[in-house]
Amino acid sequence: MSVLVFAEHDGAVLKDATHKTVAAALALGGPVDVLVAGANAGPIAALAAAIEGVRKVLLADSQAFSPPIAEALSALIVPLMADYDALLAPATATGKNFIPRVAALLDVSPVSEIIAIPGPKTFQRPIYAGNAIETVESMDAKIIATVRPTAFKAAGTSENAPIENLAIPAFNVATQFVGEELSKSDRPELASAKRVVSGGRAMGSAENFALIEALADRIGAAVGASRAAVDAGYAPNDYQVGQTGKVVAPELYVAIGISGAIQHLAGMKDSRVIVAINKDADAPIFQIADFGLVADLFSAVPELTRSLD
Amino acid sequence: MKVLVPVKRVIDYNVKARVKSDETGVDLANVKMSINPFCEIAVEEAVRMKEKGLASEIVAVSIGPAQAQETLRNALAMGADRGILIESDMDLEPLAVAKLLKAAILAESPGLVIMGKQAIDGDNNAVGQMLSALLGWPQATFASRIEVQGERAMVTREVDGGLQTLSVPMPAIITADLRLNEPRYASLPNIMKARKKPIDMKKTADYGVDLAPRLKVLKVTEPPGRKAGIKVESVEALVQQLKTAGVIG
Repeated sequence: MSVLVFAEHDGAVLKDATHKTVAAALALGGPVDVLVAGANAGPIAALAAAIEGVRKVLLADSQAFSPPIAEALSALIVPLMADYDALLAPATATGKNFIPRVAALLDVSPVSEIIAIPGPKTFQRPIYAGNAIETVESMDAKIIATVRPTAFKAAGTSENAPIENLAIPAFNVATQFVGEELSKSDRPELASAKRVVSGGRAMGSAENFALIEALADRIGAAVGASRAAVDAGYAPNDYQVGQTGKVVAPELYVAIGISGAIQHLAGMKDSRVIVAINKDADAPIFQIADFGLVADLFSAVPELTRSLD
Repeated sequence: MKVLVPVKRVIDYNVKARVKSDETGVDLANVKMSINPFCEIAVEEAVRMKEKGLASEIVAVSIGPAQAQETLRNALAMGADRGILIESDMDLEPLAVAKLLKAAILAESPGLVIMGKQAIDGDNNAVGQMLSALLGWPQATFASRIEVQGERAMVTREVDGGLQTLSVPMPAIITADLRLNEPRYASLPNIMKARKKPIDMKKTADYGVDLAPRLKVLKVTEPPGRKAGIKVESVEALVQQLKTAGVIG
């Protein structure tokens, strides 16, 4: 089954989610090609060409894809799909934004957030905030799907595959990009970090989030937050871990002052080791934590940061 | 401007879904059902537009069983003017829902469609994008702010790195994220008034679109369980455990 994988990048870095999506594509069969769309994206294409198992990279180098507007991506991808049996994109904000569009234009039912591929056209995906796992078999001629990156092991690197420059089709997009406010941080990216420290509503204020940041910086972790903490304005929206925020599965997840609502657990319960610090001994987070500490976070977190010196 | 808001009846946000023992699906018998939280946010946004004089009429549309009338009444109590229920007992896929909504939208010709970014049952996050593609209308998904400026809507979107703002000409499809607004509680007088607002009852067959499933659900199972670990007594003990587990140096 020939598969086209959409490469996730920010113009400078090829995201690890791409390597994981290539792994899912290889599980479907092959050959696997990677599409890199962006402005001056040659260096990204070179990185994509080095992913193990990739046959070739298609490079759509154009300002029209920077940032990637769903309508523009669909106009590029729909004609390409004449040559492929499947299209996979990581289940990121970009992937979720354009994949259903491409599916509708090809009259295909998209499969969202696949976490396993038990058969050639059979997929597992979480539903009901991860409280159930649905196994579906596609009866469509083509597979159009998003892949939950945390569920797949990243493909490695190998010798460079060839890069093919695509002619950009003419299209008109009425949607205009106005601007963006991106969080700047020297910390690891939340979605792919090996360690994550998250704060919840019990942090009490945006200022108190400095306790979370200090611990995160001590152990080289990304910073996350529960929905309640983001809603309260203690942390920006892109910190949110959960059913509708980011799904993470680090080696170590430290949940601080987070009670453990279903929708938060949906975003972190596949972490290898979960630590919970909460003063409420009955908080649901303790039911899934490997190590729980019932304590006042305002004394326990600084002490933890100090003891990791 | 007429604003159309699709709404879905789903399991209540606070109820934990339980898988049926025969693995055919999630048990919804005797479970509290409510309006999908993201749909509720979409209704609220439309009502605020009407209060600001930006919208003249709000039409709520639901596709589902007869009980989805309650979901529409909920939207009407919040401030929608009338409802349309497209009755269906099938668990329709996003593609079929998008096709039905497209037909309903072409019949209503709204100036704007605001809808939830995903339903908390299927968690597909797909219908808005598909509807936009089928209609050939612009899409602005995951909205945390909408500002109507003449013929265009400025939409701030929640994306992975932060926030992005798009300008889309209307008619357009906008999907609501969590922080677009905080939906109001319907007041008792408004709940009473909503009982008198019209709901147009339709059948899926009225729209003549292909609803055949494309995905065969083979089974629905429990996710792998995760057992509670241990409680530690002190920060010192926690550090020791983390070192033993090999997650810190």
